[in-house]
Amino acid sequence: MLLKTLTQLNGTSGAEQEIRKILTEQLKPYVNSIHTDKIGNLIVHKNSLTVGPKVMIAAHMDEVALMITAITSEGFLKFKPVGGIDSRILVSKPVQINALLGVIGAKAIHLQKPKEREQALKIEQLYIDIGATAKEEAEKHVKIGDYAYFYTETEPLGEGYWKGKAFDDRVGCTLLTELLKKDYPLNLIGAFTVQEEVGLRGATIAAYHVQPDLAIILEGTVSAHMMEVEEGAWVTEPGKGPALSIMDRATLYQPKLLQQVIELAEKNGIPYQFRKGHSGGNDAGSIHLSREGIPTLAISVPCRYIHSTASVMAEADLQNALALVDAILKSIPNEFKF
Amino acid sequence: MNNAQQSSAKDFLKRLSENSGVSGYEESLTPLVQAEFHPLADAVYTDALGNIYAHKKGTIGRYKIMLAAHMDEIGLMVKGIEQSGFIRFTTVGGVDQRTLLSQEVIIHGRKPVLGVIGSIPPHLLSDNGEKAVKIDEMGIDVGLPYDKIREVIQVGDIITLRRQCIEMLNQLVAGKSFDDRAGVVVMKICLEELQKIQHAHDVIAVTTTQEELGYRGAITSSYTLNPDLGIAIDVTHALTPDTKGQVDVELGKGPAVAIGPNFHPLVYEELLKSAREWRVPYQIHPVPGRSGTDAWAIQVTQAGVPTGLVSIPLRYMHTTVETIDMRDIVHTGKLLAYFIAGLPEDLEGKICY
Amino acid sequence: MPYDQNPLDYSLLERLTQTFGPSGIEDIVTTAIADEVRPYCDEMKTDTLGNLIAIRRGTGKKIMIAAHVDEIGVMITHIDEKGYLRFAPIGGVSIRELPHRRVLFQNGIMGTIGVEKLEKPIDLKLDKLYLDIGATSREEAKTRVSIGESAVFAGNFTKQGKRMTSKAMDDRVGCFVAIEVLKRLKTDHEVYFVFTVQEEVGVRGAQTAAFALEPDLAIALDVTGTGDTPKAHPMDVKLAHGAAIKVFDRSMITHPKIKAWMAHTAEQHNISYQWEVLEYGGTDSGAIHLSKGGIPSGVISIPTRYIHSPSETVDQGDIEGAVQLLLALLEGPAELSIL
Repeated sequence: MLLKTLTQLNGTSGAEQEIRKILTEQLKPYVNSIHTDKIGNLIVHKNSLTVGPKVMIAAHMDEVALMITAITSEGFLKFKPVGGIDSRILVSKPVQINALLGVIGAKAIHLQKPKEREQALKIEQLYIDIGATAKEEAEKHVKIGDYAYFYTETEPLGEGYWKGKAFDDRVGCTLLTELLKKDYPLNLIGAFTVQEEVGLRGATIAAYHVQPDLAIILEGTVSAHMMEVEEGAWVTEPGKGPALSIMDRATLYQPKLLQQVIELAEKNGIPYQFRKGHSGGNDAGSIHLSREGIPTLAISVPCRYIHSTASVMAEADLQNALALVDAILKSIPNEFKF
Repeated sequence: MNNAQQSSAKDFLKRLSENSGVSGYEESLTPLVQAEFHPLADAVYTDALGNIYAHKKGTIGRYKIMLAAHMDEIGLMVKGIEQSGFIRFTTVGGVDQRTLLSQEVIIHGRKPVLGVIGSIPPHLLSDNGEKAVKIDEMGIDVGLPYDKIREVIQVGDIITLRRQCIEMLNQLVAGKSFDDRAGVVVMKICLEELQKIQHAHDVIAVTTTQEELGYRGAITSSYTLNPDLGIAIDVTHALTPDTKGQVDVELGKGPAVAIGPNFHPLVYEELLKSAREWRVPYQIHPVPGRSGTDAWAIQVTQAGVPTGLVSIPLRYMHTTVETIDMRDIVHTGKLLAYFIAGLPEDLEGKICY
Repeated sequence: MPYDQNPLDYSLLERLTQTFGPSGIEDIVTTAIADEVRPYCDEMKTDTLGNLIAIRRGTGKKIMIAAHVDEIGVMITHIDEKGYLRFAPIGGVSIRELPHRRVLFQNGIMGTIGVEKLEKPIDLKLDKLYLDIGATSREEAKTRVSIGESAVFAGNFTKQGKRMTSKAMDDRVGCFVAIEVLKRLKTDHEVYFVFTVQEEVGVRGAQTAAFALEPDLAIALDVTGTGDTPKAHPMDVKLAHGAAIKVFDRSMITHPKIKAWMAHTAEQHNISYQWEVLEYGGTDSGAIHLSKGGIPSGVISIPTRYIHSPSETVDQGDIEGAVQLLLALLEGPAELSIL
């Protein structure tokens, strides 16, 4: 399964090569051309049409991870996060670095004062143990600047859900790959972008050189649908359909585009929800401001516990997101206007 | 070192570790432990609390040596099911709430159910992540609607933390519940060694239950056996960067032999003597009072039992990434075998003060 | 249908709750219970610690039923010149809930708990509290009470509909269930109804009784908390939803086979029950199950609000459910593979 394959690969911001390689292999038989641009975005031209509307669909390849910043004299690895990681989810987890496995442990509960248990462990207090006995030995296997990744198997959860790492945004990569395998009578370009997690940096460049007439961003987005959280703060709810962004910290989405998406969804009986909540952002933030401005949509699959070692998403949301984007592409240029 | 022995020990440890056996619910481990001990003992049996006894007769058999290592692990228990589909839980044994976020679990309902301990997204937290998330604020996500959950999960169902063992550099292994299944592996190695060496006394290796709730299995099993000498095998904290000054024992430097009021001084001396004689590396583990192990219960059983404690160094105790050196496990098992074989026939005369 | 449909005698429960019996001075309660159960048992004895043991002889399994007779209270530690008393708690007494509660001594003397002036509410500690028994001097106080004497908290018995509120429901309601079962029980098992002492100070009576009796199986009867009041600590047990089968507390984790036995029996007899996961406290079975080589033990709990207050509140339906469940368990074969 493509989602499982892609999420179990490792690739953080600036180190997306593994993802690029597998996507290239996957897409080669289906598309006209594939090339990598100067920052590392994988730009895929579905066909050779040069007339008619140019539509770019973007999904970012990078995931959050940890960068090794120091090796202690005893052979333990110190690290800093690449992208937004809550240090509290790291404790008691295995990680993979190069060909090695290591663990992020914690001082045993027996050795703690009761007050310590109330305080979160900060990233500066944590370290990775790979079993090395000294700095010299660790250095044979790990260099400063290497990345450590979550070590999680993508597996079905309950009924119709999946749990895994890196759903943000391999779920978008999965959708975009599936779409590029289909045929649409328009100039379709897939942009698998880099460095989203550190500031939407790959998308800025992709949008500039692709110069699309319409951009659609495919994302794995936050869901705070949790027991302790009031309904108003959920942002999205897994299982209730793809989420349409209205507004986030980086973008105000055009109501006339949204209205057409809603009409298409309702006509085709595709469930959808709005991404309620104005924090966060995605590649749309840089794309819609590219050159003289690009009409942009963002369609997301809701994920609980995003940026953690085990996110949860609904498979139906993935399928419905695919159906929704498919419906949009089929209705261009006659019906869908931008 | 015998590599075949070490790799079979690692295999046994992995099977034990990846299985479930939260305190009071150790039964799923019973067949595994019984099968492993059966070829090494004259009799293998269990009792009302689920303790498993592997009895190996000695050449004389007048005295009984009890070995005890606990097989239970810390875990969680279902406390409530929310209409929203999340499962509330409480802890069984000493679980640090800070190790739970984003942890995968198995809920042992009418069938095993995979779950993820949910965490609130950081952007909704007002405290900038300074405070640890409390257990009451966590819920388990099983990807099922409320009605479906009620069909398979009930209040009181036991929950295990899920972790596959991983291998690291230098024959280090990490995983859950090495505390104290590593001790169970040690007892197996000890019995293996005793196939090759003659020993005068009966050895009863007891895989105990409910240690994490107050060495309850050791209380009843040592009463039942009323042994002449008892040795608990457990894990002890090994040094890490954040335990400097609190911990002296190190990983890879051999079994830690405990000294203190919980232990009979001659048992301690004899263990050290055996280690020196047979060139087994060892460390000294000072315990000024309560040892927090099965040894604490065994010592005050019936009219009193001369007791010792041998510990395997372990990092990150009570997390799901407890880290251990396989060589320490093998060394601990061998040390115990040499110690038992070296005990004099007149044990009573030896151990009186 | 094993359950005798004669209504339970709730006036007996009222009498039991209002009888004086702090830990260590349980003889008034045990005497009252002995008078009540004498016609229904084959033999009766009191052991060294004061446990009352009512025996039903039989040829089947040897089963111990334990319900504790003692209640929490206070003990006088000092009498000052002006006739005020200082005291120490007996059992799990919440200090911050004590101001202006009334206590009763065995001889009927009533005392009110007063509190010294406090700078901050957090200063409320035991040493800020005193007992006022209306005496004006040490001499006068000494004519009424003496150092070392115990008192219990006052809290009369009221019944409103199916709800009953009183002091010492913990655990006279357990004793009541045991008595009502003993009155109705028809079984071949050999059953020891043990009315245990000193539970509140560390399950002491149960410990010695279990050692002496060495039963095949034990069931304790006690109260448990609920989570059904506004903004309560989360707990799944609710009042009026049936007797609770204990899964876990700080003193015992119930053997899965005991759980299954109790639940199946309840289901077979259409008795509603709830699972109890109690995050604090323990009861007699905690000591019993670790006696000698280990005794398979279970607990039937009566959901109770406001435990260890003068207003412990229970529901009639839950009590009747507990009686039915214990009868069904004792009248069945009690065949368990762990025995």
